[in-house]
Amino acid sequence: MTPEEKQEVLRNHHPDYIESQFREARLGPNKGDRFPHELCDVLEAYPRYDHNRFRADKVDHRVDVLIIGGGGAGASAALLAHAQGAKVLLATKLRFGDANTVMAQGGIQAASKPQDSPTIHYLDVLGGGHYHNIPELVKALVIDAPRVMQWLEELGCMFDKQDDGTMQAIHGGGTSRKRMHSARDYTGAEIMRTLRDEVLSRDINVCEFSAAVELLLDEQGRAAGAILYNMETDQYEVVQAKTVILATGGLGRLHTQNFPTSNHYGATADGLVMAYRVGAKLVFMDTIQYHPTGVSYPEQVEGFLVTEKVRGLGATPVNIDGEQFVYHLETRDVAASAIIRECARGKGVTSPSGTQGVWLDSPLIERIHGEGTIARELPAMLRQFARFNVDMRKDPILVYPTLHYQNGGVLIGENGETSVENLYVAGEASGGVHGRNRLMGNSLMDILVFGRRAGLHAAEKAASIKYFESKLSVEHVKNFVSELEAQGIAKTFTSPILLPFRHRLNPNLEAQHSK
Amino acid sequence: MTEHNTKSNLQERETVEVYIMGKKYKLPSSLTVMKGFEYAGYTLLRGCGCRAGFCGACATVYRVGKDHDLKVGLACQTKVEQDMYLTQIPFYPHHKVSYHLEDLRATADQVVEVYPEINKCLGCNSCTNVCPQNLKVMKYISHAIRGEVSRAADESFDCLMCGLCASKCPANIVQYKVAILCRRLHSRYLAKKAEHLKERVKELDSGAFDNSLEELMKADKATLAAKYNHRDME
Repeated sequence: MTPEEKQEVLRNHHPDYIESQFREARLGPNKGDRFPHELCDVLEAYPRYDHNRFRADKVDHRVDVLIIGGGGAGASAALLAHAQGAKVLLATKLRFGDANTVMAQGGIQAASKPQDSPTIHYLDVLGGGHYHNIPELVKALVIDAPRVMQWLEELGCMFDKQDDGTMQAIHGGGTSRKRMHSARDYTGAEIMRTLRDEVLSRDINVCEFSAAVELLLDEQGRAAGAILYNMETDQYEVVQAKTVILATGGLGRLHTQNFPTSNHYGATADGLVMAYRVGAKLVFMDTIQYHPTGVSYPEQVEGFLVTEKVRGLGATPVNIDGEQFVYHLETRDVAASAIIRECARGKGVTSPSGTQGVWLDSPLIERIHGEGTIARELPAMLRQFARFNVDMRKDPILVYPTLHYQNGGVLIGENGETSVENLYVAGEASGGVHGRNRLMGNSLMDILVFGRRAGLHAAEKAASIKYFESKLSVEHVKNFVSELEAQGIAKTFTSPILLPFRHRLNPNLEAQHSK
Repeated sequence: MTEHNTKSNLQERETVEVYIMGKKYKLPSSLTVMKGFEYAGYTLLRGCGCRAGFCGACATVYRVGKDHDLKVGLACQTKVEQDMYLTQIPFYPHHKVSYHLEDLRATADQVVEVYPEINKCLGCNSCTNVCPQNLKVMKYISHAIRGEVSRAADESFDCLMCGLCASKCPANIVQYKVAILCRRLHSRYLAKKAEHLKERVKELDSGAFDNSLEELMKADKATLAAKYNHRDME
């Protein structure tokens, strides 16, 4: 496709361009900006925690650095902050390691090879993001990437290597060099379990099933802690901290435009809600990444991800007539739009469960690279389909775009800092580095680059603060509620929602909900 | 949207009787155990994570009808079936062994030093039989006992750390913790280091890319687009 053809398929078929699916935020730091309805709904909901019950004199934990979120960004932030000597508390809503990080299969980008360079990586990222990316953030990403790979190597992360130690690298959508490093197709899982093992081996306090529901400020309006909610005992605790890092991930489980999602159970935009209430600005939240190859059939795993490594190894999307209609390594937004277009013009395939999709020619992988390649390179995928009696080595698989990633998030600077002093954000909850479209393998790298930077800088900042502020405040929550009332916004549900809406998970309730 | 069609069709489909912790529910036969819980009205907190077979949160044990065999699976990856008696085991205790990788060595007896209980393996193979990933768990534990760290790392690679192996072990071994130690030892000490990575970091430290990056950072959109659209592909 020419650049013009790509723009055309995006404009006409990408969900980001369907105006009726968006509305303007009615209050807060992004008042007037265009967001998906589903995001507006949680941003404009009333707080889950009743601020009137807050007691400024009752503090349960005092730490230097509070990290909210237990995925890859939170874990790497914890390690770096701890290494600086900070007293760290890592609070996470579900289990430590429950995050989209574990689901990232295909790879992690780093310009580590002689024929590649951080500069070439930079250009690929910018082109993929349609030149909207924030340059300083992209620079941080590409120059830290090789260092992160070395750090992971030292931590004992089992990357795919040749016998001489050379890391394997393949293409991903939108890469001009082979820089996708992998650990079979468990890349994110391998990184997460290694980081988790390391955190648990250090003296870092990890508090599971404890969701942050509100950030706390001091009287000067600086971040100074959070209210945690014990998901199992329904009790609230107050954490006072010198600096706070939000690493809560994205919004996939809000199911924008009713798409199925590849996301983790916990991806409910909690961090965006909390950051918004303390006045942190969001960027690029009008663009969501729909992964071109979500499972369309079998229905038990509908919406699950077919890793882009499948395309990276040569599998090509084809329509019902067996025709290729898009370059197999096209960027995600263009590839997803092309698949939606193909189905819209009747060239899709209808599955036995009634879903639409196109074929992804997985047997081609073994034609190109030889028999046994899929078992070796894609054991998780092979197992996933085999469980439902589909042998992807012999038969192509049916795919359709699935909600995969929020391209934007809380606006950060190159060290994860935000417009709210002492508040840092890292990982998918942050925005700017990917512009309007993220490339495969840059998210695993992003969470580690900015997790580490945020951890380091939050710890340094905490060290420079001698005393805990005497008073914690929820004035910002009070003001936010007043604004909601002034806007005449009705109280329907409260946020952060913490778990996906039940009617999204239960077809019985969904039927009632839509009545 | 596609998801809607699927769900509205569900009610009309064939159903099965499933006993969740002994309580009977009628569920569409096409559901996974996880979706079955939710269809029955449960809100999962523990026992639910990635929902796609990667996180190990939803280990499930079950029996079917009169068959006395205890079966296992991940709730998100296992279909419900008629007369299924099931429960989840979302947590199983392990002991906290702390080590600092930099203080360890990949010697033949390193793993046994950290986890001496592996020598008590009875060879019953219960761990292998119970693994939802079909890993040869007992085999990798044998490798670990013999100090074959790299082989244990390779054999255990697809482990999700769900804990079912440990729940069945008569010798109280926590297999998945042994496995990750082996993988980390192998990767840090036995696998060769990536020389190209060292070289690249050295270049970065000397500022080799500062100028070219600076140039791109200052470039306007048209210049960037021209460069991007004409970049050479490996």
